[in-house]
Amino acid sequence: MSDISKDLKEQPNFQEEIGSKDQDHHTFEIEKPNTLKKIQNFLHGNPTMVPVIILILSVITFGLIAGGKFFSAFNLSLIIQQVTIVGILAAAQTLIILTAGIDLSVAAIMVLCSVFMGKLSVQMGVPTYFAILIGIAVGALCGAFNGWLVTKFRLPPFIVTLGTWNVFFALVIFFSGSQSIRGRDIEDFAPLLHFFGERVNIYGAQFTYGSFLMILIFVVLWFVLNKTAWGRHVYAVGDDKEAAELSGIRTNRILLSVYTVAGVILAIGAWVSIGRVGSVSPTSFYEGNLDSITAVVIGGTSLFGGRGSIVGALFGALIVGVFSSGLSIAGLDVLWQRFALGCLIIIAVGIDQWIRKVSN
Amino acid sequence: MEPILQAKNVSKKYGKVVALDNANLELYGDEVLGVIGDNGAGKSTLIKALCGAVQPDSGEIYLDGKLVTFSSPIEARKTGIETVYQNLALSPALTIADNMFLGREIHKKGIMGKFFRVLDQSGMQELARKKLSELGLLTIQNINQQVETLSGGQRQGVAVARATAFGTKVIIMDEPTAALGVKESRRVLELINEVKSRGIPIILISHNMPHVFEVADRVHIHRLGRRLCVVKPKDYSMSDAVALMTGAKEVPTN
Repeated sequence: MSDISKDLKEQPNFQEEIGSKDQDHHTFEIEKPNTLKKIQNFLHGNPTMVPVIILILSVITFGLIAGGKFFSAFNLSLIIQQVTIVGILAAAQTLIILTAGIDLSVAAIMVLCSVFMGKLSVQMGVPTYFAILIGIAVGALCGAFNGWLVTKFRLPPFIVTLGTWNVFFALVIFFSGSQSIRGRDIEDFAPLLHFFGERVNIYGAQFTYGSFLMILIFVVLWFVLNKTAWGRHVYAVGDDKEAAELSGIRTNRILLSVYTVAGVILAIGAWVSIGRVGSVSPTSFYEGNLDSITAVVIGGTSLFGGRGSIVGALFGALIVGVFSSGLSIAGLDVLWQRFALGCLIIIAVGIDQWIRKVSN
Repeated sequence: MEPILQAKNVSKKYGKVVALDNANLELYGDEVLGVIGDNGAGKSTLIKALCGAVQPDSGEIYLDGKLVTFSSPIEARKTGIETVYQNLALSPALTIADNMFLGREIHKKGIMGKFFRVLDQSGMQELARKKLSELGLLTIQNINQQVETLSGGQRQGVAVARATAFGTKVIIMDEPTAALGVKESRRVLELINEVKSRGIPIILISHNMPHVFEVADRVHIHRLGRRLCVVKPKDYSMSDAVALMTGAKEVPTN
């Protein structure tokens, strides 16, 4: 026994040695920040700038290629009209992706809500405003159901929403009887449902009320996410759930509320979509799920959660709109639009990964 | 003098494994209590019982002489026991100010603050800056910097500043220097002394003997699920402490 303690005593005391000698051997030479590094740091601090730059560049490029046909007030406002629905879907999708989740059922929820609104008001004689309220309740319920499965049973959001996507889509077919509700019937029995499709002209630019509502949704969400405790908690939960839990955030409540709020936004989107399309079709917006994810990703929001901004999703949706409008005006086939979009997604994620390397 | 935080005969079993066997611990005001012990000695279970992460099977915990029971770390924190976890529990993508107030934000006055929980961001930033400069951490220039852009030592600083900011009675620090380089460890040890000089006692759990012996006023040696003894660093060498901890040396009787 004494041998051991003797051995221990003979061990050199590293701490003292370090104290007397050069202490700088653990620091590395500071790299000279070159231009690329500066850009990387700037983008890390301002992640929304990536989609903004891409948007400006693509508008300029298509303006040069396609000329006045593309660069007219009418065409640019038309792009905003065209991205209204994808924009609203992307707003809801952003909330969920910020919590490190994903929602494959967004479009299905929206269509289900629009079926409820249309069916109740046009075919069952329910007052239109009341049918809209029921539709919004249905959206909240669908979202809460997703959230409940994610929090209560700790199932991965991808799997949950893959399941509910099919469930909600089946419900759409069931409640609608695979039948569309015609635009003329809506106009006759429930004109309020067409409200967001009405247009206003401002100096040749044409906007729908729905476009304004979409922008309003983004403004409100920006405020909530950046200026309220709930918003900060959404980011914290997506960033590091365990750390958020230890900081006293009730993470499951946040998650449940995020999915529910997303459901409400989708229901509002359903009302807007009736105005935009004119009719209620059970098979519309079938690609809305993936389109919304595309917009969010191009908008610079990380699929790993906790990083990104709601405004980015709006820019992401606009970029998609600018690309499809510009390419079609330039006379390119639809297949090249898809091709370009696919490249854009990969580039966006690549840039995101590169920016994130700052922290290492 | 009455201990500010005390564990009395605390026991905890995991199945057939006895992690804590009538363990005791006393922490007095104005001191840094080092807690050392071999792997599996039960020191982390003891600390988890104190900070609410683990509920003991039997035994009592007293804070300021009052019996307390915690069902979660949040409850312990509400009574003034702050824990700086080894992984720091910071949210890397959020700013320093956001992190310091995470989970207990200051809201604006009036309806906006009360019902919509709108944040008083300038107020929080000011308070965060004040707390950091109190601890001599103002080398962190921008309070709106994201935590992931900070060095390991600076992050530790933010976590400690957060722990001291809210009417804290006790701070428990779990392996604060384990992930740090030599220079940064030094800063954290200075930080511990700084916090102590502000009258907040600290429980310091560490495997690093030189660090424990440098800042601790007393060293609690844990062995086989219970307290073996408490020694003063000036009376014992580090190798003595290691010998006691591993059972190579008998407990001195005096």
